[in-house]
Amino acid sequence: METLNNVMNFPILSLSIFLPTLGALFIWLFVRGDQAVRVSALAVSVLTFLVTLPLAFNFDTSTHHMQFEELHQWIPAFNIHYQLGVDGISMPFVLLTSLLTVICIVSAWQCIQERVKEYMIAFLVLETTLIGVFCALDAVLFYFFWEAMLIPMYLIIGVWGGKNRVYATLKFFLYTLAGSVLMLIALLAMYFKAGHTFSILAFMDYAFDFEWQFWIWIAFFVAFAVKVPMWPVHTWLPDAHTEAPTAGSVILAGILLKMGAYGFLRFSLPMLPDASQYFVPFVVALSLIAVIYISLVAMMQTDMKRLIAYSSIAHMGFVTLGTFMFTQQAVEGAVINMISHGFVAAALFLCVGVLYDRMHTREIAAYGGVVNVMPVFAAVMMLFVMSNVALPGTSSFIGEIMVLIGTFGAEPSAHLTLSTKWVAIAAATSVVLSACYSLWMYKRVVMGDLVKDEVKAMPDMNRREFLFFLPLIALVLWIGLYPQPVLEVMHASVAHLIEQATSSKLDEAALLAAQHVAHATGH
Amino acid sequence: MQDMTLSSTELLLIPALPLIAALIAGLFGWKLKESLTHWICCVGVAVSALLSIDVFMQVLDGARFYGNFWSWVISDHFVVPVGMMIDPLTAIMMLTVTIVSACVHVYTIGYMHGDPGYTRFFSYISGFTFSMLVLVMGNNFFTLFFGWEAVGLVSYLLIGFWYRRESANVAAMKAFIVNRVGDFGFAIGILAVWYYFGTVDYHEVFAAVKPFVEQGISLHFLGWQMDAITFICLALFVGAMGKSGQVPLHVWLPDSMEGPTPISALIHAATMVTAGVFMVARLSPMFEFSETALAAVILVGAITAWMCATIGLVQNDIKRVIAYSTCSQLGYMFVACGVSAYSAGIFHLMTHAYFKALLFLAAGSVIHAVLADQDIRRMGQLRKYMPITYVTMLIAALALSGVPPFAGFWSKDLIIEAAMVRDMGWVSELAYWAVLSGVFMTAFYTFRMFFLTFHNSDRVPAATKPKLHESPKVITIPLIILAVGAFGSGLWGVYGLDIANAEVVQGFFGSSIFVLDAHNPLLKLELEEHHSFLLSAPFWFAVGGIALAYAMYFRESAMPAKLAAMAPPLYRFLLNKWYWDEMYDRFLVRPARCVGTMLWQGVDLATIDKGVIHRGLIDQVANGAARLRRMQSGMVFHYAFAMVIGVFGLLTWLILKA
Repeated sequence: METLNNVMNFPILSLSIFLPTLGALFIWLFVRGDQAVRVSALAVSVLTFLVTLPLAFNFDTSTHHMQFEELHQWIPAFNIHYQLGVDGISMPFVLLTSLLTVICIVSAWQCIQERVKEYMIAFLVLETTLIGVFCALDAVLFYFFWEAMLIPMYLIIGVWGGKNRVYATLKFFLYTLAGSVLMLIALLAMYFKAGHTFSILAFMDYAFDFEWQFWIWIAFFVAFAVKVPMWPVHTWLPDAHTEAPTAGSVILAGILLKMGAYGFLRFSLPMLPDASQYFVPFVVALSLIAVIYISLVAMMQTDMKRLIAYSSIAHMGFVTLGTFMFTQQAVEGAVINMISHGFVAAALFLCVGVLYDRMHTREIAAYGGVVNVMPVFAAVMMLFVMSNVALPGTSSFIGEIMVLIGTFGAEPSAHLTLSTKWVAIAAATSVVLSACYSLWMYKRVVMGDLVKDEVKAMPDMNRREFLFFLPLIALVLWIGLYPQPVLEVMHASVAHLIEQATSSKLDEAALLAAQHVAHATGH
Repeated sequence: MQDMTLSSTELLLIPALPLIAALIAGLFGWKLKESLTHWICCVGVAVSALLSIDVFMQVLDGARFYGNFWSWVISDHFVVPVGMMIDPLTAIMMLTVTIVSACVHVYTIGYMHGDPGYTRFFSYISGFTFSMLVLVMGNNFFTLFFGWEAVGLVSYLLIGFWYRRESANVAAMKAFIVNRVGDFGFAIGILAVWYYFGTVDYHEVFAAVKPFVEQGISLHFLGWQMDAITFICLALFVGAMGKSGQVPLHVWLPDSMEGPTPISALIHAATMVTAGVFMVARLSPMFEFSETALAAVILVGAITAWMCATIGLVQNDIKRVIAYSTCSQLGYMFVACGVSAYSAGIFHLMTHAYFKALLFLAAGSVIHAVLADQDIRRMGQLRKYMPITYVTMLIAALALSGVPPFAGFWSKDLIIEAAMVRDMGWVSELAYWAVLSGVFMTAFYTFRMFFLTFHNSDRVPAATKPKLHESPKVITIPLIILAVGAFGSGLWGVYGLDIANAEVVQGFFGSSIFVLDAHNPLLKLELEEHHSFLLSAPFWFAVGGIALAYAMYFRESAMPAKLAAMAPPLYRFLLNKWYWDEMYDRFLVRPARCVGTMLWQGVDLATIDKGVIHRGLIDQVANGAARLRRMQSGMVFHYAFAMVIGVFGLLTWLILKA
């Protein structure tokens, strides 16, 4: 085991994970009245956010080792541990989660009027599972949180969602179930192969031979690709987003979508480097489809949430592309993109939420001329639309340009016969495509003359609404103008990850055999 | 002398003041008094202009600056610094940008008076000044790109400033997207620069170009082979084409006239649209090493110069005539850069900034007077009502047409002569004839517009007539200041700055522009004897154009209508701007929408959802689950059920194995 870097020698990760659930328990048992529930839920989420803050301040950026580690026996019979820890890749997501949860709870202040208590409890439990996924270093623990997070998410869409929520939840359920089952099988396979351990760090060190890598990679891929989501297993996302309440969309876009890419970074790349390299052309193809195809689909959407959902998929294409380029810039760009998308997509869904609360429709055609009555809102949305098109000065620009820089001329794999220059050029079409769908939506919704009576009656954002945009505005600009602090956190971990992903786990004879197996399996 | 360094505080203040002004106006403008807001912005930009003049004087004395302030991005060996590089090229751009901007700020006080978006407008134009300064002052490709995108954003916001107008919103979106097509090329160029040179810093890249070219690195794509340097330059040039409205990415620029007139003057004539020309001149150490890229620059420039001039001949909207003229004149500047006469290109950029800004502001003054009508068919005889506007516009028109001693003559003449002596086979030949015939058309359409507006018969609608008046001083004073520039900047450039001097090392631009001796057309020009302007072909073409315009439009005449009737298809072709918009709509916009719909409805919904998910999965599960649905909220139950199965399976397996 690595040395413990926990300077405070305090189970800060456990606290971050379970504080929300404890809070939820408290609310369930002791708090009466909707307003009291809201306030106490907010208090719990703010407290959790404060608890996670020391992770950033006490983070040692010089090492790739896991930090704030905790290790306890859990089920000794099967060598299962309660093992937690964060590195430069997962730590930012813990903070992102705790921040977005606060924003979600504030945003639900007025629009959720029924079953407020259950709603808040669901969100707090969700926060536990999300932070748990990013901290878990034991595969069973990881799988537990990974599965558990679906329950509150599922309830949030299914109970507080829109008209078609049953269809959306069913779809969401089926897709993720398919992935989860395969992931479970993969984990078990690794358990037996790697000598009866579920330690993620041990999996990283164990030299799986190519055939095992190949099949495990595929199983993981299905699980992660559904979550990202990648084409063609993406169709659950637009439905889930459309039907989810605003805060559900925010957390879905902000955190849940990051799980898939995080899985690639935590499992596929370091544990299965040879298979990862083998599948580079496949992932590149799907990523480019996401960027180009999905952008075209996004353009034609008539429902705002659906449009932003498709735009999310397109942006995730950049993330998967960067992840599988195995260069420092591309992987760091991918992570920045994930974080940035967490802010931007969250903010755009909140924008739609602000409109929805007033008009109760997501149809683009129902709006027009909103700027006349809601100038502050129009300015805020403009900022995030511009971030969505990756304008320099916003966080998305840093993420996308780093992915492109890291892609252009990268040599990720001998299996990729196309020069990555052309891959980067194809991905760069996003510069044009994202502008097309984003600005067209903005024009149809916000700009124009005030002709519709319903729009005329819309009041501008109130102070509470502006308040939850404020941190997002600050963060988008901060990472856009001064991304250094975030990048520094990542450098060591990403460098280590790239070393893992690019050093083969096979000896030379096995490498030849691997190629043979690969051909024999017909891939 | 070379060792003198400019003060970094002073340099930082130049962009910082407009930025601060913009932020104050943007964030607090709704609380502040209108007059306070415009004072803050005008003073900010005016001080910035004064500082720029000071910097310019120091640069004339040999002072330079080169340095980084902080790092924007660091990832491994990929480092993006934020820094400045001040040399004569930068200094003359800063001078032009801040002076025109200051004039436009003052003008705006009068022009936008009473507009509900008054403070917002000031915030935008001050923000624009900041962005443009970043663009020209930066010392690497990323600061250039930052400024580039920022001016694009402000341009978008300002074209759509009157957001109630559908046409303005469409034009704004079109401008942004077409510019983004250019930026796509620009971004690829930057990627390639970083890939091949390992740095994005101007100095480091420029120093590495020569050895790099000597290595002979080339690229393959679809069986096509291209020098890497050519690839880089062409990609970057696509960006320049977008920003500077060159064919085929010119379509947004005339539409941008939907924005308020001060914007047309500042952004869409004098400064932002010239960023492409600035870029090519700034990157001359790279373009010089690629004959192919230079040829492309010449061709695009020449075609634009000629084509947009033909469109300008028949337009009836006063601002559109000038807009097409802008496209056309930008084409001249690119021709200059392409024939390696970068200094002539920048010289024309500067003179053009003054006379074109003046032309627009004067047109704005006219539009203001006739109550926001822009159709020259409903003007005429306005000189009686607005003498100052009349005189200043005449100066601008003469400058644009290229009549000595007005500014445009000197710079345009230099470009045409450079195109004549530079020998690049048919490319330079074609460019020469394009720009030369362009002079005739320029003079014609300029004076057609001028005569129709100020002379000819009085066609102003009766309702407007009683309100005709000369504009207030805040409008006329900037006109007069710019008129001084439109008159004198050419003489100043030639005799004061010695801008046309071929000996680039000693000339005004010094080492800020790099030209291979073998390319340098100005060097060749120097060898020839200087002749009087009476012997220069452009001069006579200009006079001919004005004369024809005089004959047709000075007094009311039936000739124009007859001419149009002689070749109706040709007239319609020109009036409809060569049908570019229609072509884009048919071959790009509609197919893209079609494909988008098809992928969505056909693949996502019909195939993946209906085909695979519904029939294959959901129906099966739903059938099976129908029996279990008694248990209240069925969905939760399903999931819990699956979880239990999963955990059960895991445990069973473990127990069996153990």
